[in-house]
Amino acid sequence: MSDVLVIAETRRGELREVSLELIAAALGVKQASGARLLVAILDQEPERFAPSLSADGVDELLLVPTPTEHFEAHVSQRALEELIEAERPGLVLLGHTIDSLGFGPAVAARRGLGFASDVISLSWEDGPVAGRGAYGDKLVAELDFPGKDCTLLMLRPGTFEAAEADPTHPESVPTRSVELALDGVAATEHVSFDEVQESDVDITKAPFLVSIGRAVEDKDEIPRFEALAQRLGATLSVSRPLVDAGWMPSARQVGQSGKTVKPRVYLALGISGAVQHLAGMRTAETIIAVNTDPEAPIFGVAHYGAVADLFEVVDELEQVLG
Amino acid sequence: MKIVVPVKQVAALDDDFELLGDGSGVDPDFLQLDLNEWDAFSLEAALALREGDGGDGEVVVVTVGDEESEEALLGCLARGADRALRLWSDECRDADPLTVARLLAAAVARESPDLVLCGVQSSDAVNGATGVALAGYLEMPHVAVVKQLDYAAAESAATVKRELEGGLVEVLKVRLPALLTIQTGINEPRYANLRAIKQAREKPLQVSTPEQVGLEAGALAAAAGSRRRQLRPPDRGEGAEMLAGSAAEVATRIVEIVRERMS
Ligand SMILES: Cc1cc2nc3c(=O)[nH]c(=O)nc-3n(C[C@H](O)[C@H](O)[C@H](O)COP(=O)(O)OP(=O)(O)OC[C@H]3O[C@@H](n4cnc5c(N)ncnc54)[C@H](O)[C@@H]3O)c2cc1C
Ligand SMILES: Nc1ncnc2c1ncn2[C@@H]1O[C@H](COP(=O)(O)O)[C@@H](O)[C@H]1O
Repeated sequence: MSDVLVIAETRRGELREVSLELIAAALGVKQASGARLLVAILDQEPERFAPSLSADGVDELLLVPTPTEHFEAHVSQRALEELIEAERPGLVLLGHTIDSLGFGPAVAARRGLGFASDVISLSWEDGPVAGRGAYGDKLVAELDFPGKDCTLLMLRPGTFEAAEADPTHPESVPTRSVELALDGVAATEHVSFDEVQESDVDITKAPFLVSIGRAVEDKDEIPRFEALAQRLGATLSVSRPLVDAGWMPSARQVGQSGKTVKPRVYLALGISGAVQHLAGMRTAETIIAVNTDPEAPIFGVAHYGAVADLFEVVDELEQVLG
Repeated sequence: MKIVVPVKQVAALDDDFELLGDGSGVDPDFLQLDLNEWDAFSLEAALALREGDGGDGEVVVVTVGDEESEEALLGCLARGADRALRLWSDECRDADPLTVARLLAAAVARESPDLVLCGVQSSDAVNGATGVALAGYLEMPHVAVVKQLDYAAAESAATVKRELEGGLVEVLKVRLPALLTIQTGINEPRYANLRAIKQAREKPLQVSTPEQVGLEAGALAAAAGSRRRQLRPPDRGEGAEMLAGSAAEVATRIVEIVRERMS
């Protein structure tokens, strides 16, 4: 079997955790297929990440210097296309992350690759077999890629347990510098970063969160949930639609584009449990979910669940609390 | 300025849905159809740009979908889109994002737009991929997950904010023509009034097959990125302990669990 190529991710001088998860997933394939495992680092100074990617089982680290300081989608796109051309991997693994979603699908389209995004399981049966959510994660679709010499899969972060690198033995994995013609390829110009704003409420420190979702439906209901949270001794957090609607500040948002929280108790009221929401709260110690839909994916991570109308439950909670 | 907005009629599962006997799909009787949430924001962004541009631009919505998806197109026309295209052949049922992007590319290329605005993702398939794949086929510069868009007509460029993980935002500049994928919350999508809903039926809605937009037979099959072997319920591990009983009983149990866990 031809090689497995993992594309590591870096941002502002740091390696992103998903990179080691991709390596772990690739190691599974390597075991089943006998492939070699190559890990490419696309960065202005790729060599600085070599030690933290030197995990057991990685056969070679490809150091690909980029002309831009920060991620640039078209540079990554061209680099990956050229790597595929030169290395002829049978399988390419990327993270299902904002950066990689900015170029991975374009590479798959242009090169006619097998392709799937938001992949949550990966196995090998003469070729890759990938599982991904369907209908808002209420079902799983199992995919294969017949007739494709190369398949690009984008794996959901937090799904595969990260491999462990051994930075004390960087020499254990051979590195190779790959110089690609990437000057003039960028089609966007980085201006700046808007840093995350500090806020007076820090939901990441709260031991108990009452979290409300779109099912609340009405801005005027929010004070009621604030009062409920207060009486329970909790802090109020929300899913994204309430921030998008301008009802709550972004500092209260739990999820991929908001905060990652790990409270002792997370009480989710009327939140479906979309993947980007779960990304921010799935490691909470105890998750209690109230939702009218028995198939809501939130029940897949919850420890306690109730199929019930949240307003009826809140009426009763107010009674119980007196 | 011409803006093309690819939109999707998405399907949500009823609470009590059933799979087809062979596990290949969902029984269509249990699907609720609606315009993809993200596409309401990309359409609004397009309409606002057209208005800002003196109103003489054109907003064209395009979908890959069967006849039922005309519902979504009519909704977009009622909100203010000028024209709609529907692309379809039976090969497109449950198609993967590369197939959809390949077909969209053929139709969009003929429009020579200044801007293509997709949604970040569709709520039913959650590929997050069709827009950037389309940009790949069109060889168009692209930015994914845009939460703010400022168009500078004089420079024929846009300054956009790209939303990263954890709430970090990157500000960047891109020249037009370009394809952007639009994130929710970027604007406040308008509603259509009754009159506009009636008038939507008068606006042009063209239906084309892949051949009619210039694709050769076999082009879509060749583009397809995957094959669906099976659809199955998710592996939910141990699952949650379900609290039974009335709302009052549920509330009492919740308070008990909270007290126990917080003590
Ligand atoms: C790049 C990207 C980043 C994102 N980042 C985030 C993020 O950081 N955080 C986030 O939350 N989302 C994020 N999202 C959005 C995410 O995909 C979902 O759209 C969002 O989480 C849905 O929020 P929700 O569960 O409140 O709403 P919905 O999905 O609409 O769910 C509402 C739920 O309420 C239930 N319900 C309805 N009425 C009642 C009732 N009376 N009682 C009880 N239950 C009821 C319904 O059954 C449903 O399950 C992101 C999306 C993208 C593409
Ligand atoms: N069938 C379709 N027809 C038109 N546009 C689509 C279709 N499917 C996806 N798109 C576009 O691609 C975006 C992302 O969808 P997806 O890649 O499926 O998550 C959507 O918001 C639409 O803009």
